[in-house]
This record gives sequence, structure tokens and C-alpha cells, in this order.
Amino acid sequence: MMKEFFMQSFVLKKHVAKTCCLMALIMGCFLPPVHGEDGMKPVDKGGFAAMRSQQIKINHSRYEILKQDFTSGDEVTKACLSCHTTADEDFRKTIHWTWLTPGPDAETPMGKAGYSINNFCISTNNMNDKSCSACHAGWNGKEGEINCLVCHGQKEFNMTEAFDDLNYFKAESDDESRDMAQEIQGNIKKTVEDIGIPQRKNCGSCHFYGGGGNGVKHGDLDNSLATPSKDLDVHMAGDGGNFTCTRCHTTRMHEVAGRTYTSPASTTRKSLIDDDLMPKITCESCHSSSPHKILAKMNDHTDKVACQTCHIPAFAREKPTKVWWDWSKAGELKDGKKVKTEDYMTIKGEMRWETNVKPEYDWYNGALRTLTLKDTIDPSGIVQVSKPVGDSHDPHSRIFPFKVFRGKQPYDPKSNRFLAPLLSGNQGYWETLDWESALTLGMKDMNLPFSGTWDFVETTSVFPITHMVAPAANALSCKECHSPMGRLAGIGGVYIPGSSDNAWISRIGVFLAMCALLGSLGHGVLRFLVRKGKGI
Amino acid sequence: MKKIYLYSRYERFWHWLQMVFIFILIVTGLEVNGLYSLLGFKRAVTIHTFTGLAWLVSFFFFVFWVLTTGEWRQYVPTSKKMLQVIRFYSFGIFKGEAHPVPKRKDAKHNPLQRLSYLILAAAMLPVQMLTGFLYWRYNVWNAWKLDFLDLETVAGIHIALTFAIVCFVIIHMYMTSTGHTLTAHVKAMVTGWEDVEDDQEVFDWEKQ
Repeated sequence: MMKEFFMQSFVLKKHVAKTCCLMALIMGCFLPPVHGEDGMKPVDKGGFAAMRSQQIKINHSRYEILKQDFTSGDEVTKACLSCHTTADEDFRKTIHWTWLTPGPDAETPMGKAGYSINNFCISTNNMNDKSCSACHAGWNGKEGEINCLVCHGQKEFNMTEAFDDLNYFKAESDDESRDMAQEIQGNIKKTVEDIGIPQRKNCGSCHFYGGGGNGVKHGDLDNSLATPSKDLDVHMAGDGGNFTCTRCHTTRMHEVAGRTYTSPASTTRKSLIDDDLMPKITCESCHSSSPHKILAKMNDHTDKVACQTCHIPAFAREKPTKVWWDWSKAGELKDGKKVKTEDYMTIKGEMRWETNVKPEYDWYNGALRTLTLKDTIDPSGIVQVSKPVGDSHDPHSRIFPFKVFRGKQPYDPKSNRFLAPLLSGNQGYWETLDWESALTLGMKDMNLPFSGTWDFVETTSVFPITHMVAPAANALSCKECHSPMGRLAGIGGVYIPGSSDNAWISRIGVFLAMCALLGSLGHGVLRFLVRKGKGI
Repeated sequence: MKKIYLYSRYERFWHWLQMVFIFILIVTGLEVNGLYSLLGFKRAVTIHTFTGLAWLVSFFFFVFWVLTTGEWRQYVPTSKKMLQVIRFYSFGIFKGEAHPVPKRKDAKHNPLQRLSYLILAAAMLPVQMLTGFLYWRYNVWNAWKLDFLDLETVAGIHIALTFAIVCFVIIHMYMTSTGHTLTAHVKAMVTGWEDVEDDQEVFDWEKQ
């Protein structure tokens, strides 16, 4: 009897399912097509966060363990870990925590905490340059617990400062201090209870400010992306796709996809139709490798040209990005005081900023080659601190847009190696303005020799431009590249119709055509003159 | 003067259709090649692609026509009277001499035309279409096992042939003026009827 009942209900379910499918199919026929302009895939307007909150909804304010009076960040994290039991184990393996990635050999790890350098603040000096750690996702550098709130806290609130203040006021005995302490405690509680998946402003709290200020480093990442307009970023705009960062930077066990360093962010160019469990980090993930209308010539470009090349016509489109940093000019005082303007800072040197910058283009397979403090350089020319890896023969390489950041930084003329000054802290250059001691201390932190002499060399570094994707209407026109002095002039390894490639053939051709024309005209004129008066 | 029916309806249709195709292709092709801006790069590319494909398809009809009607014989090259024809266009034409090879139904082309049309129709235009087609399908070369090809070379041949065709068109257009009136040859290609001298032997079926 029971068995029969189940069978019946099973058959019924099948029947219902079939009917539903059929109805959906019929309904589908009457619905307007979801594909928009140029075969673009639809985006869900509610955004990823909204979608996730439909899948799962957790109100952290109902957890008893979060209702305690926290006195330190570590305590907060321990409360988080009481439920999310392996979050810290996972997180401590990621580069967000280690700031390390394997380098050329076991003794030379790369990364901010390793031997890599850049031409901004140069090095973290083995994490001893404390101002760098402001962006490390822990409460106190790599010591103690991870900081869950920096990524998951939905309220903008400086917890480190709050705990300092809290502990200060708690130590005082007057009523006012007690009130203050209570108020801070209340704010801490509100912050701890408001937890969610990372929003644009969470990731942005570090990534918008890389290099020491808003928009300094990347050029395609600054706080204009916290609430971007559609013109600035068609995916992230509230009236566009309303994407959070994690919509593309998909995350698995706290490992965030999309890191571009010694190896590409993604080695495959699969779409989600090929594999829906892979990270959605490439444009192809959602748009496929033929995103334009059928037979549109643009589809034939995707083997050589990255989507970003046409769809990000310029970076830093709303707020300026730093393009030049000359450390050799640092140290000048005005009336005995440190100067701090946009173009000059005593502690940092000379700066230049630009807005709406045209990228420079190069072949790129997704990996960057970054120099370390152990590499020997040739200071007679401009040194490439980092450069894209890839060439036109590599099937994984594409022509890609870059911000090229230029500057001057210290090196050791005896060993021809870069030098990493200690910048922050009482003994750092920013306090002492003494290169010799800053370089000595900085290199000591790295356990690397310093001859005692230093000079400055011009360097470049590159930043792949991949954010600030403009609406299709603002993408580059063909002419931007398909013209004699187009954006890709000199890129090499690819034939670009309409550029100066094969121009010699055209020159000969035009000459021959002119010969044919003049010859014909000459022949005709001669015929006319000779036979004048004789009829035709 | 008498009229003979020299060019059949299909032949005339093909001639003028091909003229339109070649005109559009040259104008758009040279723009894509960066010589000037007229229609805009994107539109030029689109028009060029679809005109090229249309030409390619219709060219097969021409090949069919030329083979099945036996008209291919008109394109068999000969050295007979070649020097006389060259001499005529170099000197004789200025003195008002008669053409050494008058047009006939079974010999529409003089030796110089035979050779140039053969090179054009059997070599230049097919190679132009082939390189154009390959250029367009560049992205499937790998799948078609054509990856030994080099786009710069294929495009180079395509561009070089374009200028060769431009030269042909210029000379061809000028040569139409060398009939007994300036527009006689053009009229013939429109109506099909060509004027020939009275002393020419003309069969009954050719006469108007």
C-alpha cells in the first residue's frame, strides 16, 4: 500500500514536472529575448549579494557569542572561529595572509613579504616596515588572529582604533570615560554583528589605496569603484550589473581567484558552459570567446586581443592615478619643515598624477616577471622592475592594456642591486630623512648586504588594466588600432590591417596606378592631338 | 558599318555585376588598408566582406558559364598577330589605321585582350578571391590545418593584387575609348551589339 502510494506520487511528480517544463517553454516563446546589444549576456540586476541573501540568510546579531563585550580584535576572531571552525586555517594559507608566493628558488620567496620589490614603497622589509602592514588582513601583522571583519564587516568602522580607545577609557575611572567606553563598546558590537560577504568597499579598503593612497597604484582601482557610475564600470555600477568584487573573484576556501603575479590568474579560457565550477575570473567565463554577434569581425580578434584592450579605453577615468614617483628628490625641506603637496612630498619625493590615462599595450599571458632584491640590474638604462610575460607566438598570450608606472628608486652601485629602505617607524626614512641609515636598516631586515653607497635609477613597473570596463558604446573604435599611428603601433607579432604594416606594397601600388593613369591620359591626349581635324 | 551581336545577355550582366563588385571592393578595401577614411573602418570591413562573398559565389556561375558555353576558347592565348596589335596601339592608332584584329563573334578578343583577360580571370581574380577568403577566415586556419600560412603574406598578396586590378581597371576603362567612337565599346557591352567594318565577313546569324 505504502509502496503504491509512493509510486503514484512519483508518477504524479513526473507529470507535474513535465507540465511545468512545457509551460515554461511556451512562456519562454512569448518573453522578450534576454540577449542585449551585441549578444551580451544578461546580468542579474539585483547583484550577487542579493542573490546570495536569497540562497542563505544568516542574521549574525542573533548569535549569543557575538553579544559579549569584546576588548580586542583577537577575541572577535575567536568568536567567529567558534562556528567557522576552519576559516583561519584556510585563510592563513592564502596570499592575503602570507604575502608570499614561490620565487625562483627556495631561499627567494616572492611577494610583499618576500624579496619582490616595486617602485612605490619598494619593499615591506620582511614585514618590518609597519606602515605596510596596515593592509595586512590580521589584527597585528602576522601575529595573533586573522581579521575577519576587514573583509566581512558590513559597517565601515576602524576596529583597531576603537579597541585602543576602549582600553584607554576603560583604564580611566571618571564617569565620562566610562560613558565613552560604553559607547565604543556599543559600536564594536554593532560592527561585529553586521557580517556578510565582502562588498566593494571591503576589498577596496586595501586595494583602492595600494601604494599609499587612493588610486596611487593600479590605475583601474580607486574609490570611485565603491559606487561606480555605469560609464565607469558597466559590471559594478548599481544601475549596471551591480557586481561585487567576488562576483568575478570567486572564492574557494578563502582563496580568492584573480591574483596576478608570478603565474596567471587563470590558465584556461573556458566559459561557464564548459565548466561551471571553475573561477569566474576571466571575461570569457561569462562572455565566451565569441561574445559579439555571429559573423561580427570583433569575434575574430579574441585569439590575439584581450577583451580589456578594447573595452577599457582609458583607466583612472574619474580620479587621478600616480604615474611618476622620483625618490631621488625626497628629503627637501621648506623653511625647515616637511612639504606635503600633490606633486612633492619631502618624505617620498616628486610625484606626477594623471586622469583618464590611455593604457600602454603589450603581449601578456597573465604572468608578471618581477625583480627581487637579489637580482642584478643594469643601471645604465631604464630598469623594468616588473614586466608582462608573453609573446605573439604563445597561444595563451593576448595583447593587453597596462598602466606603466615610472619613477626613480635607490640601488647599490657597488653590487648593482636594488635597495629597500626602511620607511616607517622612528628609525625609518620618513622620520629621519637619512638615506644611509634607512637603507642600512632596511637591508638588514632583509638579511642582504649594503655597501654603504647608493644612487638612483629610473625604473618602470606594469599593472594589468582589467577593471573599469566601459559600456559597449564606449569601447574603442576600430580606428584606434587600425590606423597608421594607432594604439598598437609597434606591438609586433600581429598583422593589423590599416596600420603601417605592408605599407611598402601600398606605396608601390599607388605609384603603379598613377603610372597607368598618366600613361592612359598621355595616350589619349596624343590620340586627340594627332588626329585633330581628322575626325575621331 | 554593320552591327553584330557579340555579347550575350548573361555575359553583359556578369561584366557589369563584376564591375560593381570590384568597384565596391576596391573602394572599401583601400580604406581598410588605411589609404583614406570614407565610410569608416567598421562599415568598410563589413561591406567589403559581404561584397567579397557575393562576388565569390557569383564567380562560380561565371566559371560554369565559361566552361559549358565553350566561351573559354575566347581566352586561349595566342602569339599570332600579337606584335601587330602592340604596334597598332603604340603607333597605328595615332595615324588612324584599322585595327589588325577586328572583333568577330568567334574571336571577341584580340591577342592582347586574350592574354590579359586570361591572366585576370584565371589567375589574378581567383587568387584575389582565395586570399580574401582566407584573410576573412583567418581564425579557423588552425582547424583547417592551414596554420603554415602567414597573415601578413596573405594580406600582402591581396593588397598587391588589388593594385594590379586597379591598374587593369584604369587601362581597361581607357581602352574602351579606342573604338570607332569614344563610347562604341561601352555601348556594345550594354546592348550586346558591336559595330564592325563593312568589309568584315559576317555570318547571317550575326547580322541585325
